[in-house]
Amino acid sequence: MPEDIVLSMKNISKRFPGVIALDDVDFELRGAEVHILLGENGAGKSTLVKILSGAYQKSAGDIYLSGRRTEIRSPRHAQELGISIIYQEFNLIPQLTVAENIYLGRETVSVAGIINRSQMRTDAANLMHQLGVEIDPDSAVTDLGVAEQQMVEVAKALSMDARILIMDEPTSALTEKEIGELFRMIRRLKEQSVSIIYISHRMEELFEIGDRVTVLRDGCLIGTRNITDVTTSDLIRMMVNREVTERYPRQRMQPGREMLRVENLSTAALLQNINLSLFAGEILGVAGLLGSGRTELARAIFGVDAITSGKIFVKGRAQTITSAGQAIALRIGYLTEDRKQQGLILNLSVKDNICLPSIGRLSYMGVVRQRAEEQAASKWVGELRIKTPGIAQKVMNLSGGNQQKVIIAKWLCSHADILIFDEPTRGIDVGSKVEIYELMNRLSDSGAAIIMISSDLPEILGMSDRIIVLHNGQISAEFDASEASQEKILHSALGAA
Amino acid sequence: MKAFLLHNMRQFGTLIGLLVLCIVLWILTPHFLTVANLLNITQQTSINAVIAVGMTFVIITAGIDLSVGSIMAFAGVVLASAIEAGVPVPIALLIGLGVGMACGLINGVLISWGKLPPFISTLGMMSVARGAALLYTQGRPISGFSGDFRFLASGEILGIPNPVIIMIAVYLIAHFVLTRTKLGRYTYAIGGNEEASILSGINVRYYKTIVYGLCGMLSGLAAIILTARLNSAQPIAGIMYELDAIAATVIGGTSLMGGEGRIGGTLIGALIMGVLRNGLNLLGVSSFIQQTVIGSVIIIAVLIDMALKKQKS
Repeated sequence: MPEDIVLSMKNISKRFPGVIALDDVDFELRGAEVHILLGENGAGKSTLVKILSGAYQKSAGDIYLSGRRTEIRSPRHAQELGISIIYQEFNLIPQLTVAENIYLGRETVSVAGIINRSQMRTDAANLMHQLGVEIDPDSAVTDLGVAEQQMVEVAKALSMDARILIMDEPTSALTEKEIGELFRMIRRLKEQSVSIIYISHRMEELFEIGDRVTVLRDGCLIGTRNITDVTTSDLIRMMVNREVTERYPRQRMQPGREMLRVENLSTAALLQNINLSLFAGEILGVAGLLGSGRTELARAIFGVDAITSGKIFVKGRAQTITSAGQAIALRIGYLTEDRKQQGLILNLSVKDNICLPSIGRLSYMGVVRQRAEEQAASKWVGELRIKTPGIAQKVMNLSGGNQQKVIIAKWLCSHADILIFDEPTRGIDVGSKVEIYELMNRLSDSGAAIIMISSDLPEILGMSDRIIVLHNGQISAEFDASEASQEKILHSALGAA
Repeated sequence: MKAFLLHNMRQFGTLIGLLVLCIVLWILTPHFLTVANLLNITQQTSINAVIAVGMTFVIITAGIDLSVGSIMAFAGVVLASAIEAGVPVPIALLIGLGVGMACGLINGVLISWGKLPPFISTLGMMSVARGAALLYTQGRPISGFSGDFRFLASGEILGIPNPVIIMIAVYLIAHFVLTRTKLGRYTYAIGGNEEASILSGINVRYYKTIVYGLCGMLSGLAAIILTARLNSAQPIAGIMYELDAIAATVIGGTSLMGGEGRIGGTLIGALIMGVLRNGLNLLGVSSFIQQTVIGSVIIIAVLIDMALKKQKS
């Protein structure tokens, strides 16, 4: 083993109940290198770094630190071994000062147990100097910008003598200028022979800052390359799963009338000038990376996020939708990405969940017509083949696939004919997936229009009639399903021209 | 039948607790199980029980209302002054209910549109309404009303005291509202998952405000019963009543996390507290010890509840 290999992970596997998140993966990190970790959502990148940072325990394999076999027992142990991780969500306490955050839990104390503030302040200032940034150790973290908070995280890692620093999508919330500063700091860290594992999707960055790149796909190692030996297209080819099987029973329809048209829609947070049309009998796939604005688009159309400009036409008529109630009245349904937090009321029954948006119709003078309600719930439970002992069963006791069907039933019960499905098959088993696809077929067959947001590219390709790709809140490409490919979609999603 | 039992298991548990308590007291003191004493208990319980109905609605939405006792006092003195000024009794009653409801609606607006945590908003209202009651009366009670008004508390129908009849009517209506109406469905939905409720098209802010308004109105109703019974409205009435109402609700199986609870359970909870107080009095237990016993019962009831829930899941 060459001298400069600081970390070597051999045959690492990680199994969760029912899922193999990592399968026999090798990974090595040299001294003072920036090693990019690349892969689609769910490829196993975070599992790998979580094993390294002690958050997960590996199921099999060996880890060598500077050639010595090591078991990483806990996040604290990882820190003692010189491994620090900076997550996208910072672990800082906003009310405390920079110095207090850096030395949190490791305060310099005198014999009497009194914190030596001036010592901590000087040490923190030295760290900032070492990083080449100017942040006052006495300022409260809450007063700092995102980029500065990130620097505080880095300083905290350095204060623990980190030799290996893991950064998870460090640029996702930074401006161009801040990214420049971050990269300058990363180069300084390299000079101080810190090795960096860098997770990012942004192609342009990888070539600017990376030395080597390792690509994972579906929990397997695809390969490690020198960054100078590869092109964007090579990397995309490595990331993408080439085999698109017949798991998608899409029957394409002749599109009917226009159900929804969005013109120049923008929101304060992210979306800019979105234009799209949706026709009866059509499934419009929406692809894009996390944070590209997919869910924000759904929320804006559904009236839960305010739009700053633009128009929405529903079945040919301009509408101002400012609440979910209005959207539902216009027969729009929204199956949310997070079914437990946003889609279902877990401690209520299947019947109550299915009927919730339709209670107005199912009641008379504010009194619920119980028979009508039970009939409606039973009808949809039957039609969607929801497996439940009865309509009075609490939805928390149902499987993921059946919970998802309850949400679909809820929108069918409310007579929605414009359906927005945000990650409709995430986290559910293969059998239920196919059932949901078949259901989508039946819906579009009966004249409904569906927007399907998904991170699963084969699913997007397999089920959509047309596909739009979002990048940084804008539509970066639109394809007919017949001309789209995973490579093309990923290119547009990554913002690569 | 089995499904019905399972569905109401928690309430049966509380009911059995109440029955066991009654049997123990019956054995310990023969005075306990007399018609006169039982009517006395239900009559004394009626005020807390009525307030606890509103509290149950509020807690099912995952909220809390600390201001019920103060609102009751304020509504009581306004009502009393209206009667004193010669306002016809039915209109005076509407004024009492209206004052309570208005205070509740203010709570609701502050919580829904002001985005204040219910704890803070109603804590503030607790102080504001109490201050208003004291200011309005200059700290003096208003006493001495006509027989018409006092009849509300002193009268009886078929031997059942009017406060008990009012209480039963309130529980029947509240049970109907919670289980059979849109408002009831939404109350559970909002407490179960507010975000999902918004995304299901429920106007959550509006319905939350209604629920707090309802809770305030029931405090006004409690003020009517109390004022008629005592033949006097005290600006310092109802101190700590919020805690009794919360205790009745929680003993009755309503979860402070929201989304769960049954109105029947709250009635049993209120009765357990009333029976316990009465029994301890009959046994000549000092009021200092009574406090301690009641507090312990609340804690034990919730511990048992949590243990049962854990077992179920």
